[in-house]
Amino acid sequence: MANCCLENSESKALLDKLDEVIDKYKDTAGPLIPILHEAQGIYGYLPFEVQLHISERLGIPLADVYGVVTFYTGFNTKPKGKYVINVCLGTACYVKGSENILDRFKTTLGIDIGDCTEDQIFSLEACRCIGSCGLAPAVMINDDVYGNVSPDDVESILANYQL
Amino acid sequence: MRNVNITIDGMKLNVPGDYTILQAAKEANIYIPTLCFLKDINEIGCCRMCLVDTGAKALQAACVTPVVEGMNINTHTPKVVEARKVNLELILSNHVARCQTCYRSWTSCELQTLANKLGVDQERFSGEAKKYDIDVGISIVRDNNKCILCRRCVSVCHNRQTVGVIEAIGRGFDTHIGSPFEKSLWETPCVNCGQCINVCPVGALRECVDTDRVWAALNDPTKHVVVQTAPAVRAAIGESFGIEMGTPVTGKMVSALRMIGFDRVFDTNTGADLTIMEEATELIDRFRSGGKLPMITSCSPGWIKFCEHNFPEFLPNLSSCKSPHMMFGAIIKSYYAKKMDINPEDIVVVSVMPCTAKKFEIKRPEMHVKGLRDVDVVITTRELANMINDIGIDFVNLPDDNFDDPFGEASGAGVIFGATGGVMEAALRTAADILSGASTDAIEYEEVRGFEGVKMAEYKVGDVVLKAAVAHGLANARKLLAKVKAGEVDLQFIEIMACPHGCINGGGQPIQGSSVRNWGEVSALRAKALYREDKKSYYRKSHNNPAIKRLYKDFLGMAGGTMAHQLLHTHYKEREKYPENK
Ligand code: SF4
Ligand code: SF4
Ligand code: SF4
Ligand code: FES
Repeated sequence: MANCCLENSESKALLDKLDEVIDKYKDTAGPLIPILHEAQGIYGYLPFEVQLHISERLGIPLADVYGVVTFYTGFNTKPKGKYVINVCLGTACYVKGSENILDRFKTTLGIDIGDCTEDQIFSLEACRCIGSCGLAPAVMINDDVYGNVSPDDVESILANYQL
Repeated sequence: MRNVNITIDGMKLNVPGDYTILQAAKEANIYIPTLCFLKDINEIGCCRMCLVDTGAKALQAACVTPVVEGMNINTHTPKVVEARKVNLELILSNHVARCQTCYRSWTSCELQTLANKLGVDQERFSGEAKKYDIDVGISIVRDNNKCILCRRCVSVCHNRQTVGVIEAIGRGFDTHIGSPFEKSLWETPCVNCGQCINVCPVGALRECVDTDRVWAALNDPTKHVVVQTAPAVRAAIGESFGIEMGTPVTGKMVSALRMIGFDRVFDTNTGADLTIMEEATELIDRFRSGGKLPMITSCSPGWIKFCEHNFPEFLPNLSSCKSPHMMFGAIIKSYYAKKMDINPEDIVVVSVMPCTAKKFEIKRPEMHVKGLRDVDVVITTRELANMINDIGIDFVNLPDDNFDDPFGEASGAGVIFGATGGVMEAALRTAADILSGASTDAIEYEEVRGFEGVKMAEYKVGDVVLKAAVAHGLANARKLLAKVKAGEVDLQFIEIMACPHGCINGGGQPIQGSSVRNWGEVSALRAKALYREDKKSYYRKSHNNPAIKRLYKDFLGMAGGTMAHQLLHTHYKEREKYPENK
């Protein structure tokens, strides 16, 4: 989804849906969080334009909306890829060099933590302990766990997910 | 509200039932430390510095807990003292304290004062230091490494100003104050009012400092450096040197400016007199020719930007007059340059303002005449105080001096510009005379003075009835404009100032911390200083100021004429709130 997500006809349909959601909640008490939830359902994430639209329709400052979005870990301001790569930076993985793995993912995919590849296939996250310390350093991609990963494994792991 | 009986530290008290514990303690002269609390601005009880023991299970925050009948409060038990200390030490544990080089150190840092007062003299907790980039805006600089998350800035921006461009972002250790999508303040609809700076208890917020540029101009022998000072500066700068609040220090200020080395020291009040001539003429014109009414004043650049972002439908209502210091700058670079036979390109105009928004204003592309900026540098009252300290001037003991010719002393009408209602009153003084064709006795328009959020008054001026309103602080402005839009009020003239109470409480004025603001009326004292200066003035109406008469006679021609329009008027544009939607 590009930045112009409120413009073309497909986006018009999404926007109509968003407006429906806003109408549904706008006169209830505490409308913001349920609206954000459903908006994320519609768009997959909460980009600038969506937050701005919500702020304007509700008549509250954008900063308020953004404050709430960044407070709750369930909301994303950037799109998520089809496959979400989580590199564990928990203590066990960290001492076994998981940061190098993370770096390799960054350079191979050309994205930073929290970002998503342009084709929307992969997004990259660093996470706290995922409970696989026995396998350290560990990487999770959606529900698949990879153990004893070395930076050189990164490419072959990614190959499992190319379309 | 009925009174209640309570006991504080064994002392029996009878206090109004709507008091907080903090207020009641103050009445008994008992000190309870506070940090996040700022009266009328931030009453959210988040820092827990003011804990007291009320016998309840948990210690209570005195700043937000109301008294109740029979309450027994202990403000300094060992448990209370230790809890406050721990809270303060935790705040300090990730505060990047660089007091030696911090502009709030010694003078007005509430955190430093508190650490001293509570005897916190060791670091029992060592936390991870914050690491934020410093956000340098057009008027405001934010250093989140010093922020203690009291949220006063957020409150003032949301509630007082209804601008709301800053918020607490993120959670836990990563919580910080910022703008949506981590934009810099200048990429948001921030109006540069600087009210956030004035409420910050620490050195996390300040103006963009421009004093180096002033020193550079002063040290350049090819430049003729002219300074002008806004009315509100004289009412407050004394505070920076320990002079009693509310003392006008005009004469000392002029002396200091001369010692700093400015070639000429002028009074922005002359610009204010000029503004009144143009604005009163414009009002009468609109009145007679069926122009857009109500006319709204345009001397507060914070208000102008707010209007451009939020009320574009009112842009035609804005007076086309530039703000006083901009008008004066244009006159200095034309009339004065010619009179003195100086190449205007060699003149540097420095404005000392109570205002941070004026740093933005001078950068507006339309603010120039024939390629020359009207004003070259704006420094705040605080920055001037720093310059005075820089060269070791003993301000308190300076003799009085007078503003320079050819403009000299301005009228009392120009002085009161600094307080809410002042522009309206000054304009009425002149409009009344123009409309009646005589010198009227009406000088003091009490109805538009004072700090009520929106003031309304009706005046019979000459043969017309003028309905006027005054709003200060942008929340009040928003309220008033909503009424105008809904047709609930019928008005011809509106004065709006972005800052609550007007320029005397501008974002560039000396900072008074919560220990003063929670218990006293800073603005009222500063306003009194201005009204005192007005009363003392020989000329109380702008059009009687001889320098102004001369200026029109020798140079400008008619008020509102072609030349005046070229130099003294401007235009506005609608602004998107977040222009690059990324
Ligand atoms: S904000 Fe206060 S405590 Fe922090 S560095 Fe500045 S003076 Fe020191
Ligand atoms: S300068 Fe004014 S508008 Fe801008 S963030 Fe501060 S309080 Fe808000
Ligand atoms: S910037 Fe200042 S006023 Fe704002 S939250 Fe931080 S410490 Fe408080
Ligand atoms: S909680 Fe009372 S001063 Fe902060």
